[in-house]
Amino acid sequence: MTGLRFTSLLIAGVVLLASCKREQRRFRETPPAATASNSIVMSSLQPGPSVIETGTRNPYEDNAWAVAEGKTLFDQMNCSGCHSHGGGGIGPPLTDDEWIYGSDPANIFATITEGRPNGMPPFRGRLPNYQVWELVAYVRALGGLQGKAIRTTRDDHMMYKESEQARNKGHPTPTFVPPSSVQP
Amino acid sequence: MTARSQALPAFNDPDDRPGILTVREEDEIRAKLSASWYEGSGFVAWLKSTNHKSIAKRYIVTAVIFFILGGLEAGMMRAQLSRPENRFIGPDLYNQIFTMHGSTMMFLFAVPVMEAIGLYFVPLMIGTRNVAFPRLNALGYWMYLFGGLLLYAAFFLNTGPDAGWFSYVPLAGPQYSPGKRVDVWAQMITFTEIAALIGAVEIVTTIFKQRAPGMSLNRIPLFVWAQLITAFMIIFALPAIVVSSSMLAMDRLIDTHFFNPAEGGDALLWQHLFWFFGHPEVYIIFIPALGMISSIVEAFTRRPIFGYPAMVLSLISTAFLGFGLWVHHMFATPLPQLGQSFFTAASTAIALPSGVQIFCWIATIWSGRPRYTTSFMFVIGFFLLFIIGGLTGVMIASVPYDLQVHDTYFIVSHFHYVLIGGAVFPLFGAFYFWFPKITGRMLSERLGKWNFWLFFIGMNVTFFPMHILGLLGMPRRVYTYLPEMGWGNLNALVSLGAVIIVASVCVFLANVLVSLRSGVPAGDNPWDASTLEWATSSPPPSYNHLFIPVVEGRDPLWDARDGELAVVTGLRTDRHEGLVTSLMDAEPEHRYEFKRETILPLMLAVFGGGTIIIAIFSPWGVTIGAVLSLIILTCWFWPTISPDHDTPRRGRIRRSP
Amino acid sequence: MTTAAFRDAVARSRALVIIATTGAMAACTGFQSALDPKGPKAEAVSHLNWFLVITAAVVYVAVIGALFFALRRASARPVAFARDDVEEPDRERARVRWVAGAAAVSALILLLFLFVDVSTARSLSQVGGVRPLRIDVVGHQWWWEVTYPDIGNPQNTVSTANEIHVPIGRPVLIKMTSDDVIHSFWAPNLDGKKDLIPGHETITWFRADTAGVYRGQCAEFCGHQHAKMAFFIVAEPRVNFEHWLTAQKSPATTPADSLGQAGEKVFMTGTCAMCHSIEGTSAGSKYGPDLTHLASRRTIAAGTLPNNTGNLAGWILDPQSIKPGAKMPPNQIDPQSLRALLAYLGTLR
Repeated sequence: MTGLRFTSLLIAGVVLLASCKREQRRFRETPPAATASNSIVMSSLQPGPSVIETGTRNPYEDNAWAVAEGKTLFDQMNCSGCHSHGGGGIGPPLTDDEWIYGSDPANIFATITEGRPNGMPPFRGRLPNYQVWELVAYVRALGGLQGKAIRTTRDDHMMYKESEQARNKGHPTPTFVPPSSVQP
Repeated sequence: MTARSQALPAFNDPDDRPGILTVREEDEIRAKLSASWYEGSGFVAWLKSTNHKSIAKRYIVTAVIFFILGGLEAGMMRAQLSRPENRFIGPDLYNQIFTMHGSTMMFLFAVPVMEAIGLYFVPLMIGTRNVAFPRLNALGYWMYLFGGLLLYAAFFLNTGPDAGWFSYVPLAGPQYSPGKRVDVWAQMITFTEIAALIGAVEIVTTIFKQRAPGMSLNRIPLFVWAQLITAFMIIFALPAIVVSSSMLAMDRLIDTHFFNPAEGGDALLWQHLFWFFGHPEVYIIFIPALGMISSIVEAFTRRPIFGYPAMVLSLISTAFLGFGLWVHHMFATPLPQLGQSFFTAASTAIALPSGVQIFCWIATIWSGRPRYTTSFMFVIGFFLLFIIGGLTGVMIASVPYDLQVHDTYFIVSHFHYVLIGGAVFPLFGAFYFWFPKITGRMLSERLGKWNFWLFFIGMNVTFFPMHILGLLGMPRRVYTYLPEMGWGNLNALVSLGAVIIVASVCVFLANVLVSLRSGVPAGDNPWDASTLEWATSSPPPSYNHLFIPVVEGRDPLWDARDGELAVVTGLRTDRHEGLVTSLMDAEPEHRYEFKRETILPLMLAVFGGGTIIIAIFSPWGVTIGAVLSLIILTCWFWPTISPDHDTPRRGRIRRSP
Repeated sequence: MTTAAFRDAVARSRALVIIATTGAMAACTGFQSALDPKGPKAEAVSHLNWFLVITAAVVYVAVIGALFFALRRASARPVAFARDDVEEPDRERARVRWVAGAAAVSALILLLFLFVDVSTARSLSQVGGVRPLRIDVVGHQWWWEVTYPDIGNPQNTVSTANEIHVPIGRPVLIKMTSDDVIHSFWAPNLDGKKDLIPGHETITWFRADTAGVYRGQCAEFCGHQHAKMAFFIVAEPRVNFEHWLTAQKSPATTPADSLGQAGEKVFMTGTCAMCHSIEGTSAGSKYGPDLTHLASRRTIAAGTLPNNTGNLAGWILDPQSIKPGAKMPPNQIDPQSLRALLAYLGTLR
């Protein structure tokens, strides 16, 4: 019965592995702690003796679900209005590696919650903290700072255009009116 | 297949008097065959095996393990649904579990086990020594195993697919299923589709070209017909899912737009492609079971199946019609009504060939003399359950009716009746029928009766109330339901039925384990059946039959009751040699050498499998893997020249007085 | 195991099944049931159901009866090896005639089924009545956006969520699509289901002939909260319907009392206005349901909870414990503000 034993061993060997962080989907976070944005510094240089940093960590680093949620929020909160889909416009691009206010998760968190000069609105109190962290995860993914397996994916709604076969062939110009929910 | 040496001299050559071998000569041949077909012992020999029986046994054991895992998933679902607003399993895990249940049962259990029984018994039934491409056969098993391991490893890593076993887009697309879960599903499909296609190619080639002399196509057992037809269905149906799963993987990995409506793709394209495969898939599972029923009914009514031509034509029509039904899974989509009516007609029509088969079996039983073994009981169970499923199937062929019950528990009930009643019950019947042949021991009839009754009762208690639940408004794939819906009592009953099914499967496993150890030893033909697999010992020797038999009718062992079976002698015993015969009338054409055991299939499965797994994460996997696979394939197809290449040997027909 | 005992056992278990079925069928009326039709389409299907079930049951009994008859007769056969018996050509020919006859009868029954199926489908495809009421439905994960368009007067377009009011006796024409994944609109008391597919527009119709509240549910797996994506169809007399529609057209007004005004401030300055819209205010986001007339709805959370203050409070504070995975986040609001917010939401009639 070597066959049976081997197969059973193989299958038993696969059991009880640690849960993969990328695939976790946490729907409820413990009540969001107070923001620690005051403790975020932009540079490692400091006068006097060095202070031990307690940097705020992104709970959603390397989490695919959070990046997807962040992507949805990015469109819903109209980040696309200024940043387009990462390419920038009114606001700076997010897909390049120039980070005016820092690319650390805590930096991006501060940028989103506090707002920034020249038009970045503050979202503190407008979004629960965990959703801001989801946006942080997405923005970092846009910038290529998340793992390769956590890449951002193509949008199902990139262009508001009907599929060819669903379009009314009698009218050469598209007459599709987007559903009310996605009108700006 | 290379034609080797020159053709044999004319069959029944009058100048060559039929000879009779002495017992000593027979024993010598037996010893030589045993020696040359011996693959070695130990783990490495087991990995290198290319013997179809060894590979088929692995397939069967692995498939049964997946059946148990799938059943456990079903048990968890039923535990969660036994009460309204139950908090046993949350939505995320529940979605993974029902997807795993469907994918396991459909891709990792049902098709492989049916193919496996074919791979074990078809060569025995048609009187050949191995399948046409032994190394390819081994590759099929390893690909299947690795696909299953991939799926379950992912599941235990919280990366199990969670978009349903048919994985509709856009839910399964890149935007709404983040992470690698659906990519794992798509690549598991790649593994299992390769394994299924390999099995199909083996079966077709073996049946067409390696039958015993005299076994013309109208003399092959109905089980072999069923396997042949299924194999053709696999060859035509699987490409649709090859294409669609690859498109899904590409949409997710490299940003193509096959299913993206915003860029000219279409979510409905997925449904068409998937169901073009998905509907024949269920017939791929069902038709081998029909073959098993024929074998069992024939043996236990002690007469040949009534209406052989009608049975064969019914199988062929079912297979053919099965390709014209797929839109009945899409009646709720905005497809034109006239087109949908066509599929109503086809879905109604397909009941007719199955009906003809049932009538023929009843006529067989009517004019036979039944023996109520466990195997036969499972066949009776098949009738009782499958016909319910078939009738609800004809009901849901109607578009307005389907629009009420589609995606509800009515459908769940329908397909479990046809799959459990129509495929799993015959499968269990087949286990009880052929276990003695495979292992040399009889299964306990007492435990078998317990197995049958628990399964039959459990199955009905579980799935019959689901008809009502569906009509009362309970949709599929819900992880919970509100108490005020009034579904709680029926759901509790259903969950109780699931417990009974679990008990039944436990009895079966106990039966198997006990009988393996201390079951009654089976002789060559404990059931007094008629087909060729019963002409050899139980379990069969590695070379199947000592001599290739010659047949003159459909029931060779019954024909040979008064005398001995005619055989072909003269095949080499120092090499793995078999006989290749013509397609229609099975006249001998030439000898054929089967490839021996080798580690190459496992290596190709490892490299190919590694390619496919890396392709989940990066398209570079395809490139790297292609190169590695090419190296292995070069070794695989490296031409070999055997000595004695040009020394023909004559064969003789042997008949004893 | 003797045939007689076997047959008895099977007959007994079948009887049990029939009893259980009948008993369960007694609970035929209700709520979200295809067996309790309240409109012509569901009624046609219900009749079709009984026709099909009864015919199928008759066929089943006939075939299984033949099987058991065959088993009994065959078991009484004295011949040990039946194959010898088969050699008689007359008997085999008689069997051929029986099987052919059975196949012919089956074909006729199937043709009958086909005819009934197709004619029912055809009759249901015509909109049953004149001047259908037009409604647009857009499916979202996991709620239903319902719009009553007014082509002539766009500002009179009514947008609501998860609750559809219709006048009895008048056909309703629904155009549906989805904003994200495939959903399916299904109110079994009234009609079969139709899928909402992104990129496609699905058109269907139904008519409610009896006043009542009918529950429907999403019937195509759409993600985490597919199980709790329900809606209600309220069929009411025309006068009531017109009254409701007029009320729905009016925008929200600033509440008169200070608590309500404080609540409005909580809504506008907190997270609520980021996703929800209230007509007549500056909250205009279309990503969550429109709340202009929240207080007029019977349920919240897509039919999951009855709409009352307690449920609303629980839903606002922690939707994830009611619908884990839903898009609405938990909100930290202090009790004072929550009271004010609830008071404000209560004014949105």
